[in-house]
Amino acid sequence: MKSLVFQATTRAVTPLLLAFSLFMLLRGHNEPGGGFIGGLLAVAAFALYALAFDARRARALLGVSPQTLTATGLLLATGSGGAAWLAGQPFMAGLWLSAALPAELKLGTVLLFDVGVYLVVLGAAALVLLTLREG
Amino acid sequence: MLWTILIPLAVAGVAPWLHRVLRARAIWLLALVPVGVGTALALRVPREPLGAWMEAAEWIPELGITLAFRLDGLSGTFALLICGIGALVLLYAGAYMRTDPHLHRMGGLLLLFLGAMLGLVLSDDLFVLFVFWELTSVASYLLIGFKHEKQEARDAAQKALLVTGAGGLALLAGFVLLHSAASDAGLPMEQAARISVLAATDLSGHHLFTPALLLIVLGAFSKSAQMPLHFWLPSAMTAPTPVSAYLHSATMVKAGVFLLARLNPLFGDSAVWHVLLTVTGAVTMLVAAALAAGQSDLKRILAYTTVSVLGTLTMLIGVGTDLAIKAAAVYLVAHACYKAALFMIAGSLEHATGTRDIRQLGGLFRAMPVTAVSGVLAAFSMAGAPPLFGFVGKELLLKAKLDLEQLGVVLLLVATLANVFLIALALAVAIWPFFAPSAGWLRRGPRSAACRLAHEAPLPMLAGPLLLAIGGLFVGLIPGVFDRALGSAMASAIGGRPIMMELKLWHGVSPAALTVLGISIVTLTLGFLLFLRLRAWLTHIAAVVARLGRRGPARVYDLALTGLFASADRVTRLTQTGSLRQYVRVILLVLIVTSLGVVLSAALDGRPLSHRLVSADGLLAAWYWHELVLVLLILTGATAALLSRSHVSAIALLGVTGLLIAALFALFSAPDLAITQILVEALTVILLVLVLYRLPERTEHKARFADTAIALAAGAVMAGIVLATAALHLPATVSEHLARLAKPGAHGRNIVNVILVDFRALDTLGEITVVAAAGLGVYALIKLYRRRKAGEGTS
Repeated sequence: MKSLVFQATTRAVTPLLLAFSLFMLLRGHNEPGGGFIGGLLAVAAFALYALAFDARRARALLGVSPQTLTATGLLLATGSGGAAWLAGQPFMAGLWLSAALPAELKLGTVLLFDVGVYLVVLGAAALVLLTLREG
Repeated sequence: MLWTILIPLAVAGVAPWLHRVLRARAIWLLALVPVGVGTALALRVPREPLGAWMEAAEWIPELGITLAFRLDGLSGTFALLICGIGALVLLYAGAYMRTDPHLHRMGGLLLLFLGAMLGLVLSDDLFVLFVFWELTSVASYLLIGFKHEKQEARDAAQKALLVTGAGGLALLAGFVLLHSAASDAGLPMEQAARISVLAATDLSGHHLFTPALLLIVLGAFSKSAQMPLHFWLPSAMTAPTPVSAYLHSATMVKAGVFLLARLNPLFGDSAVWHVLLTVTGAVTMLVAAALAAGQSDLKRILAYTTVSVLGTLTMLIGVGTDLAIKAAAVYLVAHACYKAALFMIAGSLEHATGTRDIRQLGGLFRAMPVTAVSGVLAAFSMAGAPPLFGFVGKELLLKAKLDLEQLGVVLLLVATLANVFLIALALAVAIWPFFAPSAGWLRRGPRSAACRLAHEAPLPMLAGPLLLAIGGLFVGLIPGVFDRALGSAMASAIGGRPIMMELKLWHGVSPAALTVLGISIVTLTLGFLLFLRLRAWLTHIAAVVARLGRRGPARVYDLALTGLFASADRVTRLTQTGSLRQYVRVILLVLIVTSLGVVLSAALDGRPLSHRLVSADGLLAAWYWHELVLVLLILTGATAALLSRSHVSAIALLGVTGLLIAALFALFSAPDLAITQILVEALTVILLVLVLYRLPERTEHKARFADTAIALAAGAVMAGIVLATAALHLPATVSEHLARLAKPGAHGRNIVNVILVDFRALDTLGEITVVAAAGLGVYALIKLYRRRKAGEGTS
């Protein structure tokens, strides 16, 4: 599938899609979105790229291996839950920073957890997609 | 006391790193740990009978589990053996394994075991003891399998772990029963698992008392290699020799005996306990001694004699009179010292000559004089020859037997016979290799060339056996030192009553003392005669032993293990057919069968489902035309996908159906769901396209009608479930409550997300773990498939 138009479009759309996926991830706590949706969007971006070019270049774009992403995501999600222990609270209790940020975004372990979800979804789905695309 | 356990465990953790920095010198540093810990404990061991130093800290109060420790005569003696022999073994291992690339792991593992073993003997809480008990099994597994590149070592490690692990499970069950019996007897929760409290409580009337006793005894027997669970111990001899000297002669295998001794005050009055221990112990003592005579490998001989001695100790605890307990105490310490020494000597012999086969060893006295002297002393102690510590132990043992009214004669005969074997073997193991004529074991056989080139072992390998052997001589000559320092306190702790010990080398002239002395002399003579004949008989005995071995418990174990693997294989073949169609069918059928009940009961209770749909407040009470259109479109898409002839159109139509469903979600104000659905649909289509050309052509399958039926049934059940749940009038408080809490509690307005990442985050964690596992699984399958393909391509 070596289509010049498809490739050119993809090159333009991929960064937009990725930025959008991050936007969806971050706004998820207040508007529709979140780690699952953000992760799926990111996968879509990489899937598009892998279709337009090939798996090797999509991997290069990803930078790290999908396995690493998955593992990092799981560690992050678990670790964000474990952080509550340090504060003497039960596992998975949300901890929040009091510092206010613009646009309703509050920093806390819950956001870290959502980032973990994002990474796991991206990693696992990209792993399957890219491996299939390689064959 | 907790610190004395934690320090070795902590140092074990940094041992590999220490070794990297200090190289071979690290082992000296590691050996300081048991020396320090042992000294600290030795200073606090109470001297008076029944005295104890107790310590307790809270651990799991909800379950009544306390980090309770007790240092008394029994645990103190064990702790000193563990630390003392541990230090010597560490030094020995440093020299013995100097060239082994894995030496850095050995030091750490030995310390890990040391800490676990200390924890085991010091624990005063049943469950804490169990934790350490299992930890010693794990350490033993790692140490037996130390040379993990050898199949034999791996098998032996597995065998030891399975046997002692299964025993450990029995033990845990026994402890739980005991705990519940003690709770019934009115002990408060935090006291019901305390061994020292249990010992002072009479539980014999409780109906769980005997089951608990049997299970605990089973666990102890598996650890202490009592017949018929003994077979793992000779196999464990594939471990490096320092490990055998430490775990499998002096310490770990005595954990079972320790437990029996520890619980003797609780169970000692029970007839079951008495008979079970005495009989099993006696049988083990005799059979293992005879089996030992059929071996030619130094370490295997020592292993079987160890089993025999463990049997003797079990028997003595079972007999339970004052004299028997004294004998057990003395014999246990004497054996730990001489057997560890003998193992180290066996290791030195192998180190020097490259063989452990007694038939090839001979005339090594000149080359290895120091080892030879240690060997003679240790062997004499094992044979129970005066004036060594072993002699004191044996005299006590014989006296204990004579003292018994019933069974005394039988036990005396059995013990004497076993002793004759042990004497002959002691001579064969530790005297013959040094003093045999240089022709070697078989007179005409070729003496191993290595024997001529043999050299004395390096200093750290001499220190261990020599110190232990001289210790045996010293304590034998002045036995009063032992009974004053530890013996009386130890015997009292085992008996649960004050037992004063006065050990003597020479018992004066009384009929009883003379009888004992007479028996001693007779067994020594017989043992020496047997030794002289053993060389000629060895091949015959070995043949008989081998024939027995083919029918023994080891065979049962092998059969059970292969049977287990075979049945696992069959089950896997049966359930994992590799056919996707089959899997989907099974999944759907299970869904249908298990959910049918729910649907039916919902349909049957009160108003029928149809009524719920169309009644005034029912689900279909208010609907709009555009909703109907959407539903019809979805149905059309699904039907078209079903009827389409090519994969591509089927995939596209499925995608359309999915997107329409997303539109439905959006209509019913579930934007999160709709977005997710759209994305999943898109990705599914991409995935399907990627695997498309791997799929077989779409063909008419003969099971088509069955598949259709299953699919329809699954759809109907699913629809039923949805209707049944939708018609349920759940209290609105849950969702209202969550919606109210979302903003102040979780700082979010999107309640779906708040539920996902905060309120029910644990569920999400489980889900993403599944996602990750599934991704890795798919990846592994694809890779595996490709590798197989590539393999077929090249071959």
